[in-house]
Amino acid sequence: MLFGAIYFFVPLIATFEFSLRLKRGEYSFEAYRIVLTDPHFQASFLYSTALALATIVVGILLIVPTAYWVQLKLPRLRPVVEFITLMPLVIPAIVVVFGYLRMYGSASWLPLTDTPNGTNLLLTFGYVTLAMPYMYRAVDTGLRAIDVRTLTEAAESLGANWATILLTVIFPNIRSAILSGAFLTFAIVIGEFTLASLLDRPAFGPYLQLIGANRAYEPAALATIAFVVTWACMGLMQIFGADRRASNSC
Amino acid sequence: MAFVELQNLRKAFGSTVVVHDFQLAINQGEFVSLLGPSGCGKTTVLRMVAGFESPTSGQIHIGNANVTDKHPSRRNVGMVFQSYALFPNLTVADNIAFGMKVAKKPAAEIKARVEEMLNIIKLPQLEARYPYQLSGGQQQRVALARAISVKPQVLLLDEPLSALDAKIRISLREEIRSLQRALGITTIFVTHDQEEALQMSDRIVVMNEGKADQIGTPFEIYNRPQTRFVASFVGTLNQFSATKTDATTYALDGQSLRVNQPSAAVNGSEVTLALRPETVSLVADPSRTNQLSAKIDEVSFLGSVVRIRAKFGNNSVSFDTFNSPSRPPPRRGSVVTLHFCPDDILVLN
Repeated sequence: MLFGAIYFFVPLIATFEFSLRLKRGEYSFEAYRIVLTDPHFQASFLYSTALALATIVVGILLIVPTAYWVQLKLPRLRPVVEFITLMPLVIPAIVVVFGYLRMYGSASWLPLTDTPNGTNLLLTFGYVTLAMPYMYRAVDTGLRAIDVRTLTEAAESLGANWATILLTVIFPNIRSAILSGAFLTFAIVIGEFTLASLLDRPAFGPYLQLIGANRAYEPAALATIAFVVTWACMGLMQIFGADRRASNSC
Repeated sequence: MAFVELQNLRKAFGSTVVVHDFQLAINQGEFVSLLGPSGCGKTTVLRMVAGFESPTSGQIHIGNANVTDKHPSRRNVGMVFQSYALFPNLTVADNIAFGMKVAKKPAAEIKARVEEMLNIIKLPQLEARYPYQLSGGQQQRVALARAISVKPQVLLLDEPLSALDAKIRISLREEIRSLQRALGITTIFVTHDQEEALQMSDRIVVMNEGKADQIGTPFEIYNRPQTRFVASFVGTLNQFSATKTDATTYALDGQSLRVNQPSAAVNGSEVTLALRPETVSLVADPSRTNQLSAKIDEVSFLGSVVRIRAKFGNNSVSFDTFNSPSRPPPRRGSVVTLHFCPDDILVLN
């Protein structure tokens, strides 16, 4: 365990220490100041944040009803659906993006890449695909923790339709699972490089790469900021997960 | 026409038929129990009435309307589940109000109805609690209130007491029955507990292998079982193999018994006779026709009751007698005379 902790923390500490050395002979947050006041940083971070939120919304709308339906009506299809949701882990992002460019490029029947908004939409769908393994597992775990079938039948016998059941019974009872999936999605999207770069979008990942290629200390500061954002997401997952467990244990 | 009619209901899952041509007519306000062992199809019948399962064939009528193909949300039936199925994210009051909110009732009406329901289930102080803050008995009361708050035409109870401890179960039995009587709501109750069914029901349907073996009042089911399955499933029964000698006489281990129940068996054939433990008496009563000489094999003193097993020939009979300080139970090994009435002996088909 000690070896693992050293293996994990030493590079992080070294990166952080390096990021403070911009001024010679003293430690300072000058690299952070430069990065945080850079308009490109703000624009790219804001862009990636907006795309992450859009990805979360699309992901929830796609995955929660699917996982719910599979659990309720098609439990035998669960292995097939699980396999499909794992595909983004085994197919490299670069393969996915070339596939997209071929299918939705200028010469295709649906040329999404012809306009910035179309490309943003394509990038969002790409992110939904990349985040699918994590979002699906989080939601599926949440659904397994509640008696989906009986709760659905109870709501049906009280006159509720599918939309009402999903909104008032299922979503609130897997809220913490959805939030876990959402934070994971956020963490993935905020640092994603391949899709954004090859679709030529001004996202945070390509900005990180650009700074890394041209500066010395600022990339270390950016890497530290990216770690903090990711850890904040993980921390929030833990908080919401712990809240759920506390509720259940009462 | 009855208020609820199940006509030739059949349900198959693949090649397995779990309900065979099930027929039942239930009058308005009646409390009917579906009683049977696990896997007999009773819950499947209930789920078909609720709309959660579609019959392979047959029809379901509620209040003169054919609801066979109606979605569960449009059937106006209330359902109480064994696992309570309260919505964990909603308070007690919100759980009870759920169906009325779905029906878009006015807020004032919902509030008044929720209060009424909370008073009926005797939990007015718990309206703000969440399900996980309630005991099993309280949760089931809330589930009952939620089901009847929407004034359903039929109340369906799927083993609602099975998950509760014995004491709560007994008190809730009485509460459910008195509430059902007070509201006059037609109720179908699924249980595998014969005592529950006997205590609560106007009529009982004893199910076996997807069929209704017998439908009758608790008195009829207990005292006049029509099949060997019903006789053995409901209550305790002593069974003996006997030979029919004439229309009302049977030979049992060299002793002669008079039986009033008619039987289609031919003279000289083997039949199974059955006797409830409470119909056997040790008290000498010359007016009783049937007297069997037997040897006491086991005596268990249980306080108010003494459980006795006696042997005669190759057969044995178990029966209970009330404890009386002035009349000690017979000793093990002693020979006694057992008495029982010809009306109490059952001839099983």
